[in-house]
Amino acid sequence: MTDLLAIGTRKGLWLARSDDDRRTWTVDGPHLLAQEVAAVSIDTRLPSPRVLAGIQYGHWGPTVMWSDDLGGTWNESDHGAIRFPEDTGAALARVWQLRPDTADRPGVVWAGCEPHSLWRSTDGGCSFELVRGLHDHPHRPTWQPGGGGGAVHTVLPDPASDRVTIAMSTGGVYVSEDGGEKWEPRNRGITVIFGPDPLPEYGQCVHKAAVDAGGPDRLYAQNHFGVFRSDDAGGSWTSIAAGLPADFGFPIVSSPITPGSAWVVPLVADMQRVPPDGRLRVHRTRDAGETWTELGDGLPDDAWVAVMRDAFCADDHDPTGLFFGTRDGCVYASRDEGESFTLIADHLPDVLAVRAARVP
Amino acid sequence: MTVQVVLPGVLADLAGGSKHLNVEVAGDTVADLLEALAVEHPLLGRRIRDETGHVRRFVNVYVDGDDVRFSGGLATPVADGTVVQVLPSVAGG
Repeated sequence: MTDLLAIGTRKGLWLARSDDDRRTWTVDGPHLLAQEVAAVSIDTRLPSPRVLAGIQYGHWGPTVMWSDDLGGTWNESDHGAIRFPEDTGAALARVWQLRPDTADRPGVVWAGCEPHSLWRSTDGGCSFELVRGLHDHPHRPTWQPGGGGGAVHTVLPDPASDRVTIAMSTGGVYVSEDGGEKWEPRNRGITVIFGPDPLPEYGQCVHKAAVDAGGPDRLYAQNHFGVFRSDDAGGSWTSIAAGLPADFGFPIVSSPITPGSAWVVPLVADMQRVPPDGRLRVHRTRDAGETWTELGDGLPDDAWVAVMRDAFCADDHDPTGLFFGTRDGCVYASRDEGESFTLIADHLPDVLAVRAARVP
Repeated sequence: MTVQVVLPGVLADLAGGSKHLNVEVAGDTVADLLEALAVEHPLLGRRIRDETGHVRRFVNVYVDGDDVRFSGGLATPVADGTVVQVLPSVAGG
């Protein structure tokens, strides 16, 4: 098996491969040169792994492209994989998230997009249908765009039930228990600093959310100020930011295999989106946020860069591998859960999304 | 009637490699022309317009040399022999 890392950047996609258990990597690209790749995924449920990319042609608009030969050729549907129905009067602005569902739901891929919308594909990402239950939610007209635009950027389908959890900037966390028909906000305890009510029912700027390996009811959220945990599927949230040097940041990644393990990359603040003192560091918890440990072996000082919400991921090895990219085009990999990192690519365009998988 | 469409090189591949297309149009506006173009070349059509039918923000359409954004927009008339040019605007980074 080969470890494959897909790296989406502001100006194309790169693919990194390792054939020695993630010790060394070769990087090829660019694929999709000059196209912004804000969302990427590797669907390993198919006989040939499919790389899905949410791209923006720049002048020529956004769409979803896919490759069934690991970047050799790329496809797109003539009429666009994601098109808002005519009655909505909306137009797709950006694909923010592509999330293949479980092996038990072959062909199902979820997409989170801008403007705020959730989409579901049953043909592996070649075409998507708007999830009307969310689109018709009475809250939708009041969701606001964050600095990057108003989007559903996180989609977390539960493999064992019909629950789907999403996160939006801004809008917060919403959950459907019936596969997408009905939705309710679940943000109690997540604070905001940009509105008169510090604890609104919804409208939070959740930057990223993740599910703990121990069970579907435990969630983590990196917020626009604040890091939170829920132990009741988003019903209530408590701060787990104590012990971090800053509670601002974009990604939060949970271990796929180890309950209680998660990682963040703190930045100073919204008005200062750089690591504290310019030291690029990952922070890890082993106890669901009760304590945090700074990890910096192999990471640079004097690095005034941010890590975007989807530019950090974990693989499914044991021990877990971690991968993240920066806005100055560096990509770091760890094969030991963050104990040490290795620079595997640099001088790329701004890294927007990374995803890892094992492929034949 | 027939309208001549001039494409930038980057879009020509989506229309069989030709930068110059002769498009048969049933109506008499830029909207009619772009719809006819999209029916014949769906990928090309999506590069120029979004799903609401609006010309994308950084795409400019000229009718006999005039930018339709500053004339009649999609309702700008076209006639037999009109030359319609599609160009990317100055944008990017």
